[in-house]
This record gives sequence, structure tokens and C-alpha cells, in this order.
Amino acid sequence: MVETMKLEIFRYRPEKESVPTFQTYKVPFREDWVVLDAINHIKDEIDGTLSYRWSCQMGVCGSCGMMINNVPKLSCAAFLKDYYPDKIRIEPLTGFPVERDLIFEMDDFMTKLTEIQPYIIRKEGEEKPLDEGEYLQSPAELAHFKQYSMCINCMLCYAACPVYAIDSTFIGPAAIALGQRYNMDSRDQGRDSRQELIASHEGIWECTFVGECSAVCPKDVDPAAAIQRAKVSSTVDWFKDVLIPWGKKK
Amino acid sequence: MAKSNEPIWWSLFSAGGMVAAMMFPILIIITGILVPFGLVGDDPLNFERIRDAVSQPLVKLILFTIISLPLFHWAHRFRFTLVDVGLKSVSTLISILCYGGAIVGTIVSAVVFWTI
Amino acid sequence: MNTYHRPVPNTWWLKRKPYILFMIRELTSVFVAGYCIFLLVLVYKLTQGADAYGNFMAALKSPSSVALHLITLAFVLYHTITWFNLTPKILVLYRGEERVPQGLVAGTFYAGWVVVSVIVAWLVLGV
Ligand code: SF4
Ligand code: FES
Repeated sequence: MVETMKLEIFRYRPEKESVPTFQTYKVPFREDWVVLDAINHIKDEIDGTLSYRWSCQMGVCGSCGMMINNVPKLSCAAFLKDYYPDKIRIEPLTGFPVERDLIFEMDDFMTKLTEIQPYIIRKEGEEKPLDEGEYLQSPAELAHFKQYSMCINCMLCYAACPVYAIDSTFIGPAAIALGQRYNMDSRDQGRDSRQELIASHEGIWECTFVGECSAVCPKDVDPAAAIQRAKVSSTVDWFKDVLIPWGKKK
Repeated sequence: MAKSNEPIWWSLFSAGGMVAAMMFPILIIITGILVPFGLVGDDPLNFERIRDAVSQPLVKLILFTIISLPLFHWAHRFRFTLVDVGLKSVSTLISILCYGGAIVGTIVSAVVFWTI
Repeated sequence: MNTYHRPVPNTWWLKRKPYILFMIRELTSVFVAGYCIFLLVLVYKLTQGADAYGNFMAALKSPSSVALHLITLAFVLYHTITWFNLTPKILVLYRGEERVPQGLVAGTFYAGWVVVSVIVAWLVLGV
């Protein structure tokens, strides 16, 4: 006899229902299965209408994020055996509008990612000509931002953030961490142009340091720390502006 | 995007949080346990001694800071707590009441210290 | 396309333990403010003369005052601990090329706390 397990999955099909429902599926329990395996099993063997995102199955692509028993997790990294024999409740990541079943709309996050200017910016006239080669960086300089560069854009941190759920104008954890990733890069000179967004009310100041973004991050990016450090440096900027107005550059 | 004035509130919040974290536990132990239970000798908080101490400008200033900064710590935290539990729509009013409360508290304590 | 927006209930923070602990951390500020007011009243009584001050100090012996102090102490200690534990997130220091370990940063604050407490006790109680 095969052991089985129940998955209670959030269903939303906009063409036939205006309010989401939950549907329970019985799947075989296997020691080596992750939640994503069980959902794939449902899709292949039980109900082909179930919609969800996934790709790499190895915690790299960042597309399989779901609420698993209320906690945002990569479904390819959450083992069934950690929940067995209890029922598992699966929902799309919170804080985002739902398009269909477990698929949520990520446009807002995509916009924010581009707004934060996540690339190396050089000041006017300071771009090195190509034939002079690359900008060199020491391992120590790399260490300053490396952690923030590990982000896989899985959006689990947004789903963990109550501030974002309440008010989606908040730039949010991953985007700010990515901004800091470039701000702290020794080759970058773009902090001033990112600062306008980061130091705005919607940037960092709505953050109340709940800290759950860092707790759920599968890549130890620690976006909460990135935001607090941005608060410190923005505060230093602010006092410099107020106390020594003549010291203002540009 | 408008330049935010949050840094001023956040600095006061942080400074107040640090003062409260460092000093309040021991002060509470003194006024809540050691003194009422008479565990520390012969009434160290007697009127003359404390009044003379608090009359010194430096002590006044330190005490004033210890009272005022944590009020701003409260104001900032409590403001966001109220917003977080669903009062976002009146967030401006909340800010005015919270920071206003801390400012009033600061003024009152300034007056009290002035009159000693 | 019709997207579905899930409402956020005002009780969201009751749903998971980390959120409850967060809320408790934030509410410690109420006790911090309460103690500020207590200190303010104490100084005010000083200005009112020996009798007013004496009565106030005597009232500290009442069970309700002691109880209130103990509750406040519990919350304020929670504030202190959470506050120091978060310091390494904000204060990222480097010694040469190496990052100062997070435990050392927080540990320094705890050590400072002990020193400050001893100094405060010594000044206030004049032992
Ligand atoms: S910071 Fe972490 S949780 Fe957030 S998107 Fe990046 S990898 Fe995912
Ligand atoms: S499927 Fe790629 S991270 Fe899970």
C-alpha cells in the first residue's frame, strides 16, 4: 500500500469564479519528493487544469515560490516529509494579485527592479574606454556586496513582508537589496541617482524591520539588513544636507 | 519624488531606542524593586539628595534626554504599529498625534526641569 | 484579465509566530513611553516639595506600583534584547579586510549595557 498525503491547493479560475476556492488532492507520499514534485504529479496524473510556475527544480530560477502552510517557500526546496502526515495548504505568494491558481502577477516587482537601476553606472566622462580593459576589483571589495548579489528574484521576501502587503507602493526588500548591491560595488558611481528613489518615503522609510524577508530568503541575501543600512546612509546624507548646505555637491 | 523628512524621526527613534535599551531596565529595577523593598540601605532616594542632584545643570540635561528621546522612540514605533494594524487611511493624523505627543512631552519636561 | 486581490485582515500579525513577536517588540514602546511619563512625574513631584515627593516615593511600595513596574520591566527587557540583537544588521564593521563578526558587535552592546547599568545604579543609589 502506498502512503498518501493531502494537498489543499488554492484555485482561482477567473473565467468561472470571482472568488478563489480550495481544492484538495490526494498524492502519493514519497520520502524524496518536494512539494513541487507532488504538484507536478497532480498536473500530470490528476488534474491538468492546475496552473503554477516552475522551471529549474533546484532552487536557482526563483519561479516556484508559493505559500506553504502560510510560509513563503520555494516549492522545489520544501520536502513533503517535513509535513507528513499532515495536510499541506498551498497558496500563491501573498502580497501579489492572483492571475490564476498559484500564478500571481509580478509586473509590480519587475517595474521596481528596473526603477532601482540594477547595473553599474559611471559618472559622465568617467567611463573607461574599452581598450583600457575592465574595472579591477579586489576580493575584499567584492565581499562588501557579494551577499546582495545572490538574489534569484523569487519574491519570497515580498510575500513575507506585511508592509508590502498593506501598501504595494513600498519598493520592498529584494529591489532595495539589489540597489545596495550596486551602491556598494567599488566600480559603481550611481548611488546618487538611485538615492532619489531609495531615500523617498516609498523607498526605505516605510520599512518597520519586521525582518521576515531575511528569514524566508533562500539565498541568505538578508534584505532587511540592506534596508537598515540604507536608512543609516540616507540619514547621514540628510544631516550633511541640513547641517552643511554649502558642502552639497552639484 | 519628494525628499523625505523621515531621517529626523528615524534618528530620534534610534537614539531613544538606545537610551531606553541601555538605561531603562536598571532604572525600573531601582524604582520598582530595590527602593520599594528597601534593599538598598537607608533611603538613597530621599528628597534632599535627589533634589540637590537634579538641580545640577548637567544632571538636568542628562535626565531631560533620558525622558525626551525615548518618547520619540515610542512615537515612531507606535505610529507604524497603528498603520500596520489597518489605520493606513489616517496615517497623517496618526503621525501628528504620535510625534505631537512626544513633542508635548519634551516641552513639559523642559519646563519642569527649568523650574527646579 | 481579472486578477484577484487578496484582502489583508487587520489581524494578519496573529497568523504566524514571527509576526506576533514583531508586534510584541513594537508594543514594548508603549511601556517605554509609560516609564518616561513616570520619570517625568517623579521629577515634577520634586518641584512640589518634600511632602509631595515623599508621598510619591511611598506609593512606590504599593503592590500595584510594583506589579506595574514588573510588567514594564519584562517588556523593556524584551526591547533591550531585540534591540541589541539587531545591532549587527545595522552596524557592519570591517577590521582591515575582515568583517567584524556579528556576535562580537552585539556582544559589545551587551557588555556596554552591563557597564552602563552598574554606573547608573552606583550614581542613583550612591552606594
Ligand atoms: S532577496 Fe532573497 S527572498 Fe527576496 S527575491 Fe532575492 S532571493 Fe528571493
Ligand atoms: S523551480 Fe527553480 S527555484 Fe524552484
